[in-house]
Amino acid sequence: MVTTHATLSSVELLAIPLLPLLAALVVGLGGKVLKEQLSHWICCVGVILSALLSIHIFSQVADGASFYGNFWTWIVSGKLIIPVGMMIDQLTAVMMITVTIVAACVHVYTIGYMHGDPGYTRFFAYISAFTFAMLVLIMGNNFFTLFFGWEGVGLISYLLIGFWFKRERANVAAMKAFIVNRIGDFGFIIGMIAIWHYFGTLDYHEVFAAMPVFLAHHYALNLGSWEVSAITFICVALFIGAMGKSAQVPLHVWLPDSMEGPTPISALIHAATMVTAGIFMVARLSPLFEFSDTALAFVTITGALTAWICATIGLVQNDIKRVIAYSTCSQLGYMFVACGVSAYGAGIFHLMTHAWFKGLLFLAAGSVIHGVMADQDIRRMGQLRKYMPITYITMLIGALALSGIPPFAGFWSKDLIIEATSVRHMGWVSEFAYWALLSGVFFTAFYTFRMFFLTFHNSDRVPQKTKPHLHESPKVITIPLMILAAGAALTGWWGAKVLNLPGEGGESFFGHSIFVLPQHNPMITLEVMEQSHTTGLWLESGAVIFALTGIALAWIMYFKPSTIPAKMAKSFPALHQFLLDKWRFDELYWSIFVMPARNIGTWLWQQADLAAIDKGIIHGGIINGITVAARKLREMQTGMVYHYAYAMVIGLFGLLTWLALGN
Amino acid sequence: MLESIFFYLFGGLATIGALLVVLSRNPMHSVMWLIFCFFNAAGLFFLLDAEFIGIITILIYVGAVMVLFIFVIIMLEVNVARMREGFLHHLPLGGMIAMLVFIEMASAGFSGVFSAEQMGTAVHLGQEVNNTAEIGKELYTHYLLGFELAAIILLAALVGSVVLTIRSRKDAKYQNIPAQIAVKKSDRLRKVRM
Amino acid sequence: MVPLSHYLLIGAALFSIGIVGLFLNRKNVITILMCIELILLAVNINFVAFSHFLNDLGGQIFVFFVLTIAASEVAVGLAILMAFYRLRRSINVEDLNTLQG
Repeated sequence: MVTTHATLSSVELLAIPLLPLLAALVVGLGGKVLKEQLSHWICCVGVILSALLSIHIFSQVADGASFYGNFWTWIVSGKLIIPVGMMIDQLTAVMMITVTIVAACVHVYTIGYMHGDPGYTRFFAYISAFTFAMLVLIMGNNFFTLFFGWEGVGLISYLLIGFWFKRERANVAAMKAFIVNRIGDFGFIIGMIAIWHYFGTLDYHEVFAAMPVFLAHHYALNLGSWEVSAITFICVALFIGAMGKSAQVPLHVWLPDSMEGPTPISALIHAATMVTAGIFMVARLSPLFEFSDTALAFVTITGALTAWICATIGLVQNDIKRVIAYSTCSQLGYMFVACGVSAYGAGIFHLMTHAWFKGLLFLAAGSVIHGVMADQDIRRMGQLRKYMPITYITMLIGALALSGIPPFAGFWSKDLIIEATSVRHMGWVSEFAYWALLSGVFFTAFYTFRMFFLTFHNSDRVPQKTKPHLHESPKVITIPLMILAAGAALTGWWGAKVLNLPGEGGESFFGHSIFVLPQHNPMITLEVMEQSHTTGLWLESGAVIFALTGIALAWIMYFKPSTIPAKMAKSFPALHQFLLDKWRFDELYWSIFVMPARNIGTWLWQQADLAAIDKGIIHGGIINGITVAARKLREMQTGMVYHYAYAMVIGLFGLLTWLALGN
Repeated sequence: MLESIFFYLFGGLATIGALLVVLSRNPMHSVMWLIFCFFNAAGLFFLLDAEFIGIITILIYVGAVMVLFIFVIIMLEVNVARMREGFLHHLPLGGMIAMLVFIEMASAGFSGVFSAEQMGTAVHLGQEVNNTAEIGKELYTHYLLGFELAAIILLAALVGSVVLTIRSRKDAKYQNIPAQIAVKKSDRLRKVRM
Repeated sequence: MVPLSHYLLIGAALFSIGIVGLFLNRKNVITILMCIELILLAVNINFVAFSHFLNDLGGQIFVFFVLTIAASEVAVGLAILMAFYRLRRSINVEDLNTLQG
């Protein structure tokens, strides 16, 4: 092949992030002048062009092309030189098409969903800017551009959660997201500084190339009496950043609250793209994580815990968007488990399929919410399939994909993760992860279809006053739904073919973009097992059985009006309440962190600021002091010219004396 | 020798003159003694080969500034008796400070830094050196900017003193020249239909 | 030859007398102005003496500038005095106290 080592066009690559940025700047600064129609045209065209270019890049990368280079130097500070550059390989290309296509669908969908909102143009500017930041995050070639994108998407996430800034709850949720993310980002920064300390560079290639030398030194840190190897420290610190961004237990609390924002951003930011940045980072840094078994175990446990805990919370939630939000947390947990068991490719594969079907579910939920006059409580829905057939069908596809029913997208990727977990030997860690994921599949299927049946089947519980407004959403909403539904149905099959995981002879699609130690690689094990036909029925279909059981249970309990759910809630009141309270994480944080912080803040405000500084120092000391001193000093100004003349003469005398004595 | 005699003569008379300026009861006498003091100071300048400075001290101070003082005193019909009230009241403080300043300056002067050994002895320049011409050369080359500034300050003082003292009489009639220049046809001319 | 220090002594004497005058004649603005003239004269004597002994014309040039300033000062000072006299019928310094806040 001629194109094997071809380099991609840097102009084309630069255009991909810059088109959305340009659109965001034009619309953000000139939204008032441009009016609504022109604004959404500019943004949609920018992002769709960017998506087309990404597809073109992807096709080139699939043929073996890649890109690595710096465009310009951004920061020079002593030995720290930070260039702005890009690194395009298979991993990046997969992320790029996922991000840009979902972003394009969401842009089009937004035209219908946000129609008539006073912040219409602002919203478009935000989501285009988000696309830019996300693309910088994935396309950058060093840790600092990654960090720039990371913070950029965090900022826009904050702005969009608090988009309806007149609602107090939206503002609180936005702040919560921002603060919780800061905790994670702190870990990220620590990890980045540690990398700079040990490697003297922040460039991916240079860091990866220096890994053998670094490992040969066996650096270690003493944290108190606890000695950790430097690589473990770096990986865990970076992963804490990923935990914040990707909403992993215990930093997951912001994601359900972020549903206060408009639904398109729940789909784009809090399901398909931004929250997956953590998985992308771990996969990108696989050459680091691979060398720390402790960090990998940490990633696996965190992911498994999140997958299980959030799935259980999802069982009882009544807000349609919150159910999906908890399932997002849970699915992100699956992806982290995949990374933890060194099946990074499977994690990214699930990330991609998840972007499709979760984006679809959110947008379909948005369509439902749009239809029932902005009500999000599934207890006041039911029988909606009569009114919105397209939404019904697309959401069914999304739900089947999420539950992992073949041949829909979720099946391919989720099954791969579970298989990889089962064959990877990490002692009790992989054992625990395997069972957590498997039971998670059951929960996922159950809550997804519980939500689905309560919304579209069951009894008609829509309030009388919204009944006349029930209608199918307009075309700008349904067309993106159909595109995403097609993706949710087909990307699993397509991905399994293209990505070639586990490779049926030959390399997987990701090639060298993901580094896995041969003794870790579960894909190799799987491949060997498949070739020798020793996978067994359980390994291949266990997850599907669990999923079908979950769906069946949901069918029994929720397809028709039934008293079973109420009875169950009554027989386990403590458990039901515990799940309804989301495992009481919020209450725990409130009493451990928020209340003490508020008390300290109040004390400092009342005692230190108002009492000591304002009253004591400023008012008592400075203001009174100046007044008294001024009153005294003003008596010196007699207004008599000769007094001033005397003062001059005496001053002269003093000066002369000083000069005489000084010499 | 002759130079020393003249130095002590001029110096002594200048000091006496200065003392009498301060001590005279009548301001007119003070002015006269000040004139006397300036003449002697000009003599000192001549001894220092500074003919130009000596001459302009006499011309400007005596010829212009002192005459101005005299005119002002004539015009102001000052009550001399009241002016001297509390004259001796401030003598102790003023005398003490002035005495200390004098002692300090004199001790500085005699400290040895300015002695003949340190400074060398100045040689009197011959007749062929024209002090005025030399000052002119310096003034119009190195000190041109200062010279121009001095001219502007003098102009400002000139204008300022006129502005401060000018007095327009209410019973006299004046032309309002700017108004006359700015007048338009319509202000003066009126068409009358006959 | 008369040494430099003797000239400086005369300068110091005239300067001190000027200061005494400032203190004694606190009622009469005219005499105060004359005392300032005396102080400036003392400065001039020092300038010219140094100029002579250092063989540098700069000192004399500065005397020239001092004369300019002194003349301006006297002119403006006396003009102010005239204006003040018209206002208050007095040249007593103690009446010049409107600067007092």
